[in-house]
Amino acid sequence: MGEILSFWFFATLSVGCALLSLFHKNVVHSAFALMGTLVGVAGLFLLLGADFLAMTQILVYAGGILILILFGLMLTRPEPEERKLGRIWGGIGILGAGTLLFVERVGDKPWFVQAKDLASPEPTVREIGLELLRRDSWLFAFEFASIILLAALVAAAFIARRRFNREEIE
Amino acid sequence: MGIVQFLSDLLPETIPYWALVLLGAGIAFAIIIAFVSVVAIFSVWLERKVAGHIQSRLGPMYVGGWHGWAQSIADGIKLILKEDVILTDADRPLFKLAPCIVLGTALAAFVAVPFAPGVVPADINLGVFFIVAVSSLTTIGVLMAGWGSNNKWSLYGAMREAAQVASYEIPLGLSLMMPVMYFGSFSLSQASEMQAGWGGLHWYIFSDSFWIAIPSFVLFFTAALAETKRAPFDLPESESELVAGFHTEYSGIRFSFFFMEEYAAMYLMSAIGTALWFGGWNFPGLYLLEGTALFTPLAIAVFVVKSMFLVFVMMWVRWTVPRIRIDQVMALGYKYLTPIGLFLVLVASVWEYIKFSMMGV
Repeated sequence: MGEILSFWFFATLSVGCALLSLFHKNVVHSAFALMGTLVGVAGLFLLLGADFLAMTQILVYAGGILILILFGLMLTRPEPEERKLGRIWGGIGILGAGTLLFVERVGDKPWFVQAKDLASPEPTVREIGLELLRRDSWLFAFEFASIILLAALVAAAFIARRRFNREEIE
Repeated sequence: MGIVQFLSDLLPETIPYWALVLLGAGIAFAIIIAFVSVVAIFSVWLERKVAGHIQSRLGPMYVGGWHGWAQSIADGIKLILKEDVILTDADRPLFKLAPCIVLGTALAAFVAVPFAPGVVPADINLGVFFIVAVSSLTTIGVLMAGWGSNNKWSLYGAMREAAQVASYEIPLGLSLMMPVMYFGSFSLSQASEMQAGWGGLHWYIFSDSFWIAIPSFVLFFTAALAETKRAPFDLPESESELVAGFHTEYSGIRFSFFFMEEYAAMYLMSAIGTALWFGGWNFPGLYLLEGTALFTPLAIAVFVVKSMFLVFVMMWVRWTVPRIRIDQVMALGYKYLTPIGLFLVLVASVWEYIKFSMMGV
């Protein structure tokens, strides 16, 4: 019962905030509403017993990515005309296509999973760590992804750094 | 035993389960907010006394009689009674929501603090990770306050805060990896239990990994100071440059929310430091009382006193070290603390592996 209550709370929070961020006129308000969505999704992960994923969702998305989005919005002075309804309809079209693809792929899987006991979810950190770092498991994919991300980081630093002409300095 | 279980034993069975959950959450929230308020009131008084004595003054002396002990209570009443000013040009919904989010996230993080064996609001397996993740949400509340105030200085302060906190989360997270590797668990209560012993020699800072524990604690403490926006990293509210930073436009009870959040965050970071490095509720000789009714209150007292000592060290640092520039803050975070943290993680993992495989500890 507590699980169902929490499910409805988090589901309402995430869907409501997603709709708010989609239809609000003020872009900065939309970005702040995204926080509710991200936290709500983290709560849903927690209900499914994925504690590590839920914490990572909050730390990375709400604490990191969302702040980057807010920085981008606050420093670039967004134009009010950018919120045209046509774009929203385009987004709804893409969402519909995505939903169709999703249903086609995983539609036959069981939808209603029994929520885990909230008081003591099984810790998943150990399994995730072992899966990521075992040679016969996901080690290669994990290291490959970290190399790609490192390359992206170096490239971003290279593009963003200030360039000096040799003549200017001298 | 969870609080919901306790309530369902206590109350008649006709009460539905969801009401018990809500009631339990309400009671836990009331206890946490009372504790945080008392900690904040005491810390404000302590901060003024510490500041006074470090600067060869006395600090508050009159209100309440003995060393001005009632000064911050009087200040709190004054803040509650003050007019609640909302600017006409402010972004009203954001301006009103920001203090609630800032204080709410700080209170939510208290859920995982282990005060004594069994005395922890929710014994989460990922306690350390939970506290770091939830505290990172404070930044969004601060950005909200800065933007909602519609004021240049507020926005600058909020931007600085966001940049600083997002940067120092990396060394903070890395510094927490060393104790996590030593204990083999993210759980704060499990870490405290593993440091139990007749003396203090089982505390992580005095253990066989002490040569990793000491630098990792220095790293943690530096990152925690930046994370809680304390001097020498108090650039988000540096009064000589930004008036008061992100809370310039706030007054009355909303301002006191930001103030409480600062002291709550300080206590929270000190509590993590206590639970992971300084043995949590353990104290030499306390094991003799185990099983008696005195044990739990004394364990709570030991934990609170230890973390208040770390809060005191934070105040000591504030009145000793001058504020550094914003580029120096960023350089310290990215060029020094992060590489040191990565190096320590490497050394600690090799050392724990050697201990595990060769000595079988």
